[in-house]
This record gives sequence, structure tokens and C-alpha cells, in this order.
Amino acid sequence: MIPNLDNLPVYDTAGVNERIARFCSRSIKSNSKLEGLKLALSMVDLTTLEGKDTTGKVQQICYKAMHPHDTLKNIPKVAAVCVYPAQVAIAIKALKGSGIQVASVATAFPSGQSSLEVKLLDTKFAVDQGANEIDMVISRGQFLAGNYQYVFDEIVAVKKVCGQAHLKVILETGELDTLDNVRKASELAIYAGADFIKTSTGKIQPAATMQVTYVMLDAIKDYYIKTGKMIGMKPAGGISTSKIALQYLVMLNEVLGEKWMNKNYFRFGASSLVNDILMQLVKAETGNYQSGNYFSKD
Amino acid sequence: MFKASWAYDEAPESTNHIQLKKKYDLYIDGKFTKPVKGQYFDTIDPSTNEIIASVAEATSEDIDKAVEAAKKAFVGWSKLSGKERGKYIFRIARLIQERAREFAVIESLDGGKPIRESRDIDIPLAANHFFYYAGWADKLAYAFPNRSPKPIGVVGQIIPWNFPLLMAAWKLAPALATGNTIVLKPAETTPLTALKLAEIIHESGLPKGVVNIVTGAGETGAAIVNHPNVDKIAFTGSTNVGKYIQKAIAGTHKKLTLELGGKGANIIFEDAAIDQAVEGIINAIFFNQGHVCCAGSRLFVQESIANLVIDKLKNRMETLIVGNPLDKNTDIGAINSKKQLQTIENYIKIGLNEGGEIYQADCKLPTKGNWCAPTLFLNVSQSHRIVQEEIFGPVLAIQTFRTIDEVIEKANNTPYGLSAGVWTQNGAKIFHLTQKLKAGVVWANTFNKFDATSPFGGTKESGFGREGGLHGLKPYVKFD
Repeated sequence: MIPNLDNLPVYDTAGVNERIARFCSRSIKSNSKLEGLKLALSMVDLTTLEGKDTTGKVQQICYKAMHPHDTLKNIPKVAAVCVYPAQVAIAIKALKGSGIQVASVATAFPSGQSSLEVKLLDTKFAVDQGANEIDMVISRGQFLAGNYQYVFDEIVAVKKVCGQAHLKVILETGELDTLDNVRKASELAIYAGADFIKTSTGKIQPAATMQVTYVMLDAIKDYYIKTGKMIGMKPAGGISTSKIALQYLVMLNEVLGEKWMNKNYFRFGASSLVNDILMQLVKAETGNYQSGNYFSKD
Repeated sequence: MFKASWAYDEAPESTNHIQLKKKYDLYIDGKFTKPVKGQYFDTIDPSTNEIIASVAEATSEDIDKAVEAAKKAFVGWSKLSGKERGKYIFRIARLIQERAREFAVIESLDGGKPIRESRDIDIPLAANHFFYYAGWADKLAYAFPNRSPKPIGVVGQIIPWNFPLLMAAWKLAPALATGNTIVLKPAETTPLTALKLAEIIHESGLPKGVVNIVTGAGETGAAIVNHPNVDKIAFTGSTNVGKYIQKAIAGTHKKLTLELGGKGANIIFEDAAIDQAVEGIINAIFFNQGHVCCAGSRLFVQESIANLVIDKLKNRMETLIVGNPLDKNTDIGAINSKKQLQTIENYIKIGLNEGGEIYQADCKLPTKGNWCAPTLFLNVSQSHRIVQEEIFGPVLAIQTFRTIDEVIEKANNTPYGLSAGVWTQNGAKIFHLTQKLKAGVVWANTFNKFDATSPFGGTKESGFGREGGLHGLKPYVKFD
């Protein structure tokens, strides 16, 4: 049933900004930095979402996902590869046996401006192709028009089609305008059956920010207190450097704590982040920063 | 339930860039001078209780010399044009900025506050106060139109140990801008940044005798207060000492401003942004280990949300990092002195004896030095001593309330009147409370925010006079 949205916590932007500044001023050094970088790498949903994606391109990033940097020992693989439904089968084949998940965007991504029927078919197609994870978008138009029931029902319907596949619900926070709206949309998604809530499609600016992620983590926290169920979080878009990724992890560490500090409950939707993390890891090992040319760009 | 698992490695600010002498003399008449009686005392690092330096103890003979120097300097300094005075003050501000890193480290070393605070709050704000009042020096005629303000004379300034450099800046900057000369005494547990400031003042070329910095404890302070040639006393510290000072100068020509203790009410309404309010509670009471006169040490939570707020507060307290003040990740540093730690521990005992329900963060405290875990007291009432008296430590007393009138009555039911906080997303409620709360400053949806342009000071037994802003000039001028 749709949750009561009238009595949700509200957010004070100045207060949230202040808290974020505190996370960002944490100084992450030596071993804790290494630990954080490896953790961040293991949480990446390596993403390619382009109209021009081809079999070749998808195979290349799948190889990268499995072998981020073979000269570095003891580094994890990424968590998943995220592609359009039409590329799912290629990714499944390329990643076979690697343990890396295949995530597919669906539901008329990125705008979501289509009929429920089309969205369900889109989802079904991705699931049938073998996607383990579905990244759906909510209908922001309906949400901003106040049709919360519509948004809720849509997520419920998509979840049903997902079957065993995990459902990540993209709120596209860049279009929701206020932190209070972000909380409201998080609540709808969580109660409608989301396994993960996700900030952005990456196609709209601003994409993920620490502010909206903080509000979403707070929603996850409150839900856990109420029900004991853990929901995952995926900020996506704009997280391009290790420094930013570590700041997100500090926030996760201090808001939700150890149970969420793994790829089952936290993901970064990113592509260029991986090479920046690798560069830092190599630096930690050799003491020098290598040029970008030493890191594969797939 | 949400315990953090990722332990951050140590990230200490380096100390190899600071310059400290083993021994500090008194800064009188433009030079560092040995104390007449030759006595020195140690200043220690409260996080380890190791000695940092020894510092001269000024006796009444030294105060005589300092006041004499200030009196002589007043003749020239008070006649200097405002524009020229401003130049010196700007120079001091710039020098503080240039050496901000050194000041921050020494402040944390000598006082125990986390480097995050000394670096991001104390030192930048201190520089800002000098910049701000430097700007006023040649505009006094506009600050007091048609009244021709004149400097008072020799000003005795006695400052506390909780914000050593910042309090020195609050006192010195407006006094200099208005043309007074000064004898300033820092607190005996935290004299080092004031003595470093003396070096900067010397470097700035300020005429000798305009600022004299003398170190010592209560007796040194009394010698300043009772000196016949001091024309004004500005004091920040405890209410008891404030009362002593007011009695001591009764019947003299001396002017007085006092900024004393507090027991600030922090009020959370059910329509507040709860999560940010919880953050505000943390900042209100645990900022600078609770060594803050305007700390929000009494929390009032509306009963309908009390359990939620208290649970969230306890959760949040578990993520606070208590430890080495010089570590960049430290949230809460060391208690300023053994004596203050005893005071706080004594109040915790009183709270327990009174039947309060205690909650302390489950944090590992260092074995050496003076430490106190962040502490809450639940199930207390206005009749409890820990609700009535200023503890000056990281100890919060929590009460619930039902209605606006009730909380206003309770918030005002204290001899103090320095600060209060109101948390609600309802603007009308904020304005209603700011009118009714008897406190020098009322923060809305934030707490412990300071700015050079904004006046600060108390009512009732929290003192009188304002520091900061245009209002901060007034205690340092007289009119024909």
C-alpha cells in the first residue's frame, strides 16, 4: 500500500549542507584510504548507456570490468556492468562465470515518458535477456503533478515483472527540485518494493549530489528502523574521482554504518571513476602517479 | 544499530612548522620583559598533561608597569587619526591570516580543542574581527552620528580559556579601533596564542605600550581590576568572577562589560527538520567539548517526537570521534584542564545522585590527559542541579515539553540569559519565540554561529555589553 507521505521528515538545506561539509572534511589516509579505494572499486556499476553502444563496445567494458588493471594484485572486480536492454545478452555472455552482475536500464529510460505497457515490456525484455538487475526510472511528470499513486503502482508493476532480478529505482533527483521531494520519492520507491534506490540516470544535470544521497540514506535508515529491512543505495553520475567516492563512503559509513559498506547495499553508477581509483591504487603501491595512458580506456 | 565500521587512520596535523619558545615573558611597553618577582608557571597540553612551555606570572608590580605603559601610550594613540589606527589593525589581521596554520596548531596544543575547530573557526574568526574593526577605525563618526565618540583610556581585558585567540581578538580589535590602550590577560591554562599574538603585534609596528599582554592567574586579574589607573574592565568568564569584579569596582570611575556564563535552551519542535535538529543538538553541546558559554546545554524536545530525537541523537553520538586534538578527524578534543575535568565529573556524579538517566557515547578515550565522553542526561527536570547550573563540559540535560508557553517559561526559568536555539520549519513560530526568549542571542535552525559583524552578549546573570558588530564599539567610547 502507498505510504503516508504527509508526515515525512523534512529537510533543511543549510543544515544538510553543513553536515555534508563535515563528511568532506574527513581526512582519509594510508591504510584506511587503500581500504576505501578498493571498496569503492568493488562497488562500481561500470556503465555504458549510449545510443551508439555496439557489441564491440560492450564486450570491451565487460573485459575491463573483470580485469580492471591486471598488473595490480589484490584488487577487486567491479560489482556490475550496466547497459541498455538490447546489450544485455552480449554482456551476459562476455561476463559468464565472472560473478559480475549485469544491470539493465529499463522502463523507457531515461525519460520514462511512455505507457506502462511499454515499460513492462521493456523490463520483461531485459529480464528475459538475462539481466540480474533492473534500473527503472520513475515517472517524474506524474510525481510532480502529485499523482503519487500512479508512481507507486508503476513501481509495483515493474517489480512484479522483475521476478528474481533486483530492482533499482531511479528517482532522477535532478528533476525533483527539493530535498523534501527526494524524500517523498524515496519513500514511494522503498514501499513499492525497490531493492535499491538510485539518484540519477546520468542524463540530467545535476546528477548525484551528496545532499540528495544523504536524504536517500536517511530514508533507508528510517525504513530499517521501522521494518528491519535493508534497502541499497546507488548514487550515479558525476562521481568521477576517488576523492569524491571516498567522501560518499565516509557519509555511508557514518550514516548507515558497517552493514551497508559492501556492494550488496551500495553502488556507484560511474565509468571514469574506475581509472581514477586505479591511478590512486598504483600510486599507493609505487609512490608515483602514472600518466593516464597507463590505464585502459574502454 | 548503525555502527561505523571503517576506522580512519590517524591524520595528525604536523607540528614541525610551529615556533614555540621554552619560556615566555610579559609583553609590556613593546618588549618582552621578565616578571619583577621572577616567577613562572607551566602551561600544559591537556591531551597528554605534558608541559609545553613556562610562562611568566605577573604580580601587581608588573601590572603597575603595564598600566603605566598603556597610560603613556594613550596620549599618542588616542590622537592618531582613525585611518592610521586602522592601518595597524589591518596589518595585525593580515599577519594572523598569514600564520593561521601555526596559530591553529598552537591553539589545539595548548587548549585541547580539535584542529578542525581551531583551523576552521577560531583563527579565521579572530582575523575577521581585526579586519572588521580595522574598517570602523576611521568611520567612528558614522557609527555614532553627531555624538563625537572619544576613547575611554586604559582598558583592562581579562579573557577565558575556551577560545583564547578569538576572545583576545573580540576584546583587542574594537578597543584599538576606538583609540584605547590595553592591558590584556589571557587565561592561565591557555596563554600561548595570546603570547604569539604579542609577537605579531610587535611585528606590526604598533606603537609600544598600546597593547600589553600579561600572563597569570586570578591574582593577576585582580591586580588589573583593582588598578586605579585602569578606566574600563572587559571580562569574559564565569559568573562568580564577574560578580566579584562588579563588586570590586563599585564606586570607582571604571566602566565595565561582562560576558559570563550561560545555560542555553535548545528547543526542538515537532515540525522541525529532525535530522538537522539532531545535528544542531550535537553542535550546540559538543562544540569545543562544551566549553562554550553559549552552549545549548539544556535540550527541550516536544514530547511527540522525544523518543525519535533521542534515539537519533544516541545513534549520532556513536559516530563522534573523540581523541587527539591535532588529528584532522577528531570531533571532540581534550577537556581543557584537570580542574575543569573534575568539575565536569563532579556534575556527572551529582546528576546520577539526583536520579538522572545517563547515556554516554561508547567511545575509546585516550589513557593520558583529560577526557570526557559525550554525555546525555534523561529524566531530569528544572529542579535538577545539572539543569540549573553551568557545567561547561560535554554534558547535555534533556527535558520534554508539550506546549509553546510551557517551553518559553522553562527556557526563561534560569538566572542566565545568553543563548537559545529554536528548531522549527514554521517561520511564525520562530519570530514568536525570539520575542519571548530572554537571551542575548537566539539561533533559528542553527546553533553556535558567530560573525564579526554580529553583536554577541548576554542578559540577566550572563552579563551586559555587546561584542562584535557596530554595538561592539560602544563599550569602548565615551561621549562629551
